[in-house]
Amino acid sequence: MRITNKQDTRYKQFQIWLLVIIWSLYLGNCIFAAVPSTELVDNAEKYDGQVIEYQGEAIGDIMNRRNHAWINVNDGGRAIGIFSDKNLSDQIKKTGSYNQIGDTVKIIGIFNRSCADHGGDLDIHARELYIVQGGHKVEHPVNQGKLVIAGLLFLGVLATLIIPAAIDRFSS
Amino acid sequence: MLLRPTNEDLRTIAYYIGRLIVALGIIFIIPLLTAVIFGEWDLAADFLIGMLASIFIGLLLQKLFPASRDMNWSQGLAVTSISWLVAMFLGAIPLVLSGHYGSYLDACFDAMSGFATTGLALIQNLDHAANSLNMWRHLMMFLGGQGIVVIGLTFLVKGTAGAYRMYVGEAREEKVLPNVIQTARFIWMVSLTYLVFGTILLGIIGILEGMPVIRSFLHGLWVFMAAFDTGGFTPHSQSILYYHSFPYEIVTIVLMVMGTLNFSLHYALWSRNFKELFKNIETRTLFISLTVLFLIGTVGLTQLSTYPNWFAHLRKGFYQFISAHSGTGFMTIYAPQFPNEWGFLALLAIVLAMAFGGSACSTAGGIKALRIGLFFKSLLQDVKRIMRPGSAIVVEKFHHIKTIMIEDRLVRSAFVILICYVMTYLLGTIVGLFYGYPLDKASFESVSAAANVGLSTGITAPAMPTGLKVTYIIQMWLGRLEFMSIFVLIGLAIARFTGAKGRSQ
Repeated sequence: MRITNKQDTRYKQFQIWLLVIIWSLYLGNCIFAAVPSTELVDNAEKYDGQVIEYQGEAIGDIMNRRNHAWINVNDGGRAIGIFSDKNLSDQIKKTGSYNQIGDTVKIIGIFNRSCADHGGDLDIHARELYIVQGGHKVEHPVNQGKLVIAGLLFLGVLATLIIPAAIDRFSS
Repeated sequence: MLLRPTNEDLRTIAYYIGRLIVALGIIFIIPLLTAVIFGEWDLAADFLIGMLASIFIGLLLQKLFPASRDMNWSQGLAVTSISWLVAMFLGAIPLVLSGHYGSYLDACFDAMSGFATTGLALIQNLDHAANSLNMWRHLMMFLGGQGIVVIGLTFLVKGTAGAYRMYVGEAREEKVLPNVIQTARFIWMVSLTYLVFGTILLGIIGILEGMPVIRSFLHGLWVFMAAFDTGGFTPHSQSILYYHSFPYEIVTIVLMVMGTLNFSLHYALWSRNFKELFKNIETRTLFISLTVLFLIGTVGLTQLSTYPNWFAHLRKGFYQFISAHSGTGFMTIYAPQFPNEWGFLALLAIVLAMAFGGSACSTAGGIKALRIGLFFKSLLQDVKRIMRPGSAIVVEKFHHIKTIMIEDRLVRSAFVILICYVMTYLLGTIVGLFYGYPLDKASFESVSAAANVGLSTGITAPAMPTGLKVTYIIQMWLGRLEFMSIFVLIGLAIARFTGAKGRSQ
């Protein structure tokens, strides 16, 4: 079967588009798939100076430093310090603590194995910050079983104080 | 020949353990109040259970085994070593009830780590821990740093000869003041005075660095307790890196150094005897050792270009070295960065810094500067003895509060403890190797546990083998009490079955 010039050109165009799509998917996956903290810390050299995506829960305090802020973000493995513009960090409304789950944030920024600007800290300088999911309050109801145990122990303490004294009085 | 401990001996031991446990139970009131203040009711129930369980067991022991006799040496030392184990089991109750631990063993690990001022931790989800839980974790360090027996001596036990024997069992051979009760109270006075100033200073820095006021002071209090008591627990999983603050690091360095100084030296400084700081064998040894080891570490880090500039190099390098040498265990890097980025030379230097440790009669662990200094002085004495004519008498002295002549008895006792530490470091390393960890990581973690430091290469984690958890608990216990009281306890246990009948004095 003969392939005409027109068919040949279309086939080549199709190949080029396919390559572009595959390459874009590969690049997108490489650069903008969230990298876990354990991977970042264990292979810090590999990611040093690269633009990466990191996602996790904002925990503790948002520490404002003039026009910037430090946020610590924990992805379930480790927490990593994020240095961002204050207008980016202002989006975060809730941070993780005993009483609440913090906002889940997605950060796109430069990863530093040993940041020259921050005394050698392993950190991420955020370029973009998105709230993926809002935080929420957490209830910690009192376990009734614990109260029963405490009550029994209290009775035990009373018994150790009262019974020997009563025996002494009775015997005397 | 070992004498078999009589039932009366065991009664005396049980009675005094009971007294110390009651003292521990009373202290649970601090985290309990914290839980009430912050409305952490579920945790309030945990601390109430811990408090009542301690008081109940303590009272029960006193009622069941009433004793009127004072303790002899073996009883005093046994009371101390057992009390530390009992404190671990009781201190772990609110930890495991909090839901932050995978098992009771993990909670016991953290309780021993806290009391022994080590700082290795198996807590999970620390970033969501309640204020009262953090208060208890750090309070355990503060209490353990001063000594569980010191607490008892301060509040509940009379200042008898037996009290002194318990005090010695807690690796505190030196009496700062003539009376052991006065010494215990002086230790508390120094610690509480520094606590007030340290908390205020760290609190102010926290506010300036962008933290809310109440959290700044709470963190200030907790970080002070962990720094001055050379403990190493922190309220967040990133250790001191959480704060991203150079001033915070500077203040914690000062606190770690103060915590690693001998309480006798603190007394000399409080008595305005500032010359002692420069003459004392411990401060000199610490200075020389830290300088030499940091230089070795610097060569190692520079060879690998680990840090981008000199400031980063000094900030990261010096902080980890001070933390290691003082036995604190605060970190401003992540655990895997030690084996991945520090290289063999810097890692070796930091392991040696951990192994040497701080001062005797301080809150620090490790072999101790006094013993290292004494070892080198006696080595010098022997070299001089060989080089001089046979008839020459070589007298070597050292200064520690007063000038002391080096005698064989002193050198021998220092050497025995030094060898015990080295053996413990080695045994822990062998267990680590047995579980398949590489030599550098296994030795690092073993020395960190036995010297009560708390730096980690990442081995210490909830998923680590049970055998290794138990090994590190024993190492922390041995290292904190400096072996003798535990050896006496083992001796008593053996004598109970094999010893000759007779009355111990």
